[in-house]
Amino acid sequence: MGGPTVTFEQAVAKYDPVLGLEVHVELNTETKMFCGCPTTFGGAPNSQVCPVCLGLPGSLPVVNADAVASAMRIGLALNCRIAPWSRFARKNYFYPDMPKNYQISQYDEPIAVDGYLDVDVEGETYRIGIERAHMEEDTGKSLHMGGSTGRIHGADYSLVDYNRAGIPLIEIVTKPITGTGDKAPEVARAYVTALRDLLRALQVSDVRMEQGSLRCDANVSLRPSPEAVFGTRTETKNVNSLRSVERAVRYEIERQADVLSAGGVIVQETRHWHEDTGRTTAGRTKEEAEDYRYFPEPDLAPVAASEEWVEQLRATLPEPPAQRRARLQQDWGFTDLEMRDVVNAEAVDLIEQTVAAGASAAGAKKWWLGELARRSNDSGVALADLGIDPDGVARIETLIAQGSMNDKMARQVIDGILAGEGTADEVVASRGLVLVSDDGALTAAVDEAIAANPDVADKVRGGKVAAVGALVGAVMKATRGQADAGRVRELLLEKLGVEG
Amino acid sequence: MTFTSTTAVDLAAGIAAGDFSAREVTTAFLDRIAETDGELNAFLAVDTPGALATADAVDAARAAGEPLGPLAGVPVAVKDVITTEGLATTCGSRILEGWVPPYDATVTANLRRAGAVIIGKTNMDEFAMGSSTENSAFGPARNPWDTNLIPGGSSGGSAVAVAARQAPLSIGTDTGGSIRQPAAMTGVVGVKPTYGGVSRYGLVALASSLDQAGPFATTVADAAALHAVMAGHDPKDSTSIDAPVPPVVAAAANGDVTGMRIGVVKQLTGEGFQREVREHFQKSLDLLAAAGAEIVEVSCPHFEYALAAYYLILPSECSSNLAKFDAIRYGLRVGDDGERSVEQVMAMTREAGFGPEVKRRIMLGTYALSSGYYDAYYGQAQKVRTLIARDFAQAFEVADVLATPTAPTTAFPIGEKVDDPLSMYLQDIATIPANLAGVPGMSLPVGLDDKGLPVGLQFMAPAMADDRLYTTGAALEAAVGWEARP
Repeated sequence: MGGPTVTFEQAVAKYDPVLGLEVHVELNTETKMFCGCPTTFGGAPNSQVCPVCLGLPGSLPVVNADAVASAMRIGLALNCRIAPWSRFARKNYFYPDMPKNYQISQYDEPIAVDGYLDVDVEGETYRIGIERAHMEEDTGKSLHMGGSTGRIHGADYSLVDYNRAGIPLIEIVTKPITGTGDKAPEVARAYVTALRDLLRALQVSDVRMEQGSLRCDANVSLRPSPEAVFGTRTETKNVNSLRSVERAVRYEIERQADVLSAGGVIVQETRHWHEDTGRTTAGRTKEEAEDYRYFPEPDLAPVAASEEWVEQLRATLPEPPAQRRARLQQDWGFTDLEMRDVVNAEAVDLIEQTVAAGASAAGAKKWWLGELARRSNDSGVALADLGIDPDGVARIETLIAQGSMNDKMARQVIDGILAGEGTADEVVASRGLVLVSDDGALTAAVDEAIAANPDVADKVRGGKVAAVGALVGAVMKATRGQADAGRVRELLLEKLGVEG
Repeated sequence: MTFTSTTAVDLAAGIAAGDFSAREVTTAFLDRIAETDGELNAFLAVDTPGALATADAVDAARAAGEPLGPLAGVPVAVKDVITTEGLATTCGSRILEGWVPPYDATVTANLRRAGAVIIGKTNMDEFAMGSSTENSAFGPARNPWDTNLIPGGSSGGSAVAVAARQAPLSIGTDTGGSIRQPAAMTGVVGVKPTYGGVSRYGLVALASSLDQAGPFATTVADAAALHAVMAGHDPKDSTSIDAPVPPVVAAAANGDVTGMRIGVVKQLTGEGFQREVREHFQKSLDLLAAAGAEIVEVSCPHFEYALAAYYLILPSECSSNLAKFDAIRYGLRVGDDGERSVEQVMAMTREAGFGPEVKRRIMLGTYALSSGYYDAYYGQAQKVRTLIARDFAQAFEVADVLATPTAPTTAFPIGEKVDDPLSMYLQDIATIPANLAGVPGMSLPVGLDDKGLPVGLQFMAPAMADDRLYTTGAALEAAVGWEARP
């Protein structure tokens, strides 16, 4: 099967895309949505279960108040109205990883409605309307064994892990996103990014797309013009990275434009995104879709959040990420471009903490976006998980600023810290990394270098000052890099009777 | 002393006083079960070792001078829809045959804390769907007054256990009359507490918004003793009411109805009720009036829609509640040959594991909740429910307690109504409104019909005024002077 023949540019020239994004966020509450089981990721299969989250006969759910508080904080941060009365509902369908064969969710009475989130794309602000944010429980996880695809078809047998069953989820649904034109894919990505940053600032979720704690479904439809009624939409699932959000939306716009241009019709269906091929394939059509037979969950009382509680939670909201970035950029004196690099490297928090620990903003940026970013890229480990914390970076930067260390030595300190040799000071002590700037100690090395390189010394004496670099190199080598290179140069020129 | 004809209250007092041991009492009831249950089929499981171990523990505690719970050493039979850790719980269904719950229901835990001896699990209509116990996958329980007759249902086994003195006390559940109707059929006292008064944690749900566990006993005072032990707020059940248990034991001991207003529900006294049922109902009202109560008539015009609303709400909830029985995690599994898909195995298991009444209600509920039908069925039924609650509220402005016959007829022959679900459903015409409104109700025996079969009368009270049932119940019990035994 070939890909679309219509290019993206042709597609958006001919059609107006309309998006709708559904984001599922796993909350980082201590316990599950309706029972006391822990929510930690990566436990042995079925080690974090009880009668309630296994849906054993007779068991009953009890709402986790922390999860409700998180849901309300998310709603407030998204400028939503918090419903004074909201109810859980049962979404009925059969699936082996769903213990009760219904999911406790919210249907027509969600906890938060009607908000927005502003996102920036290339200097332009798009206001993304939020339809609703509602609470629900996650399902278990099926592992399909023996097949080649890891999917249920073709598998020999399946295993189910219910550790994830009952973990609190918040589903955030946008209103139809219009008016984005050829920026639709970037806006989609920017929205999920901004939402992720907001959720992280709220500290309500780990927001790790690769671990599934943030999941996105992208609805896409095309219409001939911004005045026309919405076209038939598809819902693309399995979009598991920010990059995929952008790519999947772009692909789906191309694919639909291709179908429509050829006189075809779009089928309302779910589609499955394939990261490897960069394409979507058809899933369930609307006709095959389940009738979920929603009805109010009779085992739970409605959630009636008092005004007082709402205001209490509102007071705990952090500074909005966009506002915070603007403030930090000003404090740090970074250009727009520099700040964008910092944001893209996910180093805002790290730099803020490094500065708080005593480093200069420029110094903190230099290390996090330079040496450490390189190591992060090489190892595939996130910057924050490298094994060096802002305090360590700040200490290194302070030692450099004091003149007791140079960059080369700093890299050795980083090596030591990452190798688990202790704090910056401990590595300095154990590796004997002390910068030699004492003239007495350097003079001997300078004399030796001149004596060992008479040709170079003559060139410098003869006026070729630039040639002194070779002598500086020799001294640095002799001192195993622990000399203050600037002072070495001064001493060499002095000895050779040349003005620097 | 014949333990099997002694009240639970007296048994508890005797054990506490050291007049006799818990083991002696428990053994007497175990022997009685062994003698009679081959015919009655009231028990799905008898836990002889567990019961004796509990009894011995009670005796040891007493010997050591430790404080005893209020029902220490008293055997209690538990309907097989309530989980008991380590003891199979089948709900009367093949689909759960052999399932041993890893946890106790709160009611079970409360019984254990009170020192009660859990003697066994009782027969029931499958998943509590029925009014005769004929829908049990393990054969019908039989009425001890005439073993060719049904004992009522769905808690038929629990009613029979007490009526036949196989246990001094038992626990049933009542979703639309499943305690009160079998109590009436077998001549015992049965109480459906206020919805939320007794925890539903560990009660395998039929219809979550209607289910409530309650006591069976031979006397009002015994019922009160068990009620007090079962009830109370439970944080594990979000629909449990966070309030003190109504003073049921004191009310049962008091029994003074002087000045109490007893409301007769106009819509539930006339046509459709067997002649002797009407006669005994009227006679009971006269006795209550003679005891000082004031009899008033109340009108509850929306009760006429109760049955229709009930048979939309119940199937809707049960279609969802019973979805979990899918062969994946526990219970029956049919057709898993390594070739069939998971959907096929689920379907084959449910086809083989559920009986016809269960399937009928799952189908009804699935339909009633379907997109496009929800408003017309489930939505309308919920509105009726609101109107019925309003009828109750208005009635309780002029009456302290309402009275109706419990069931339209006395016990009927096994097999008579199995092919006529509507006529079976009509058994609950007088009991369903209390479930829809969440108010408490009690049935107690007030006389015998021409064939010598028991007739029951129902009292209903406002939510969390369960004690009023016991006041009027004790008064009527004393006035009737009920002595009849099967």
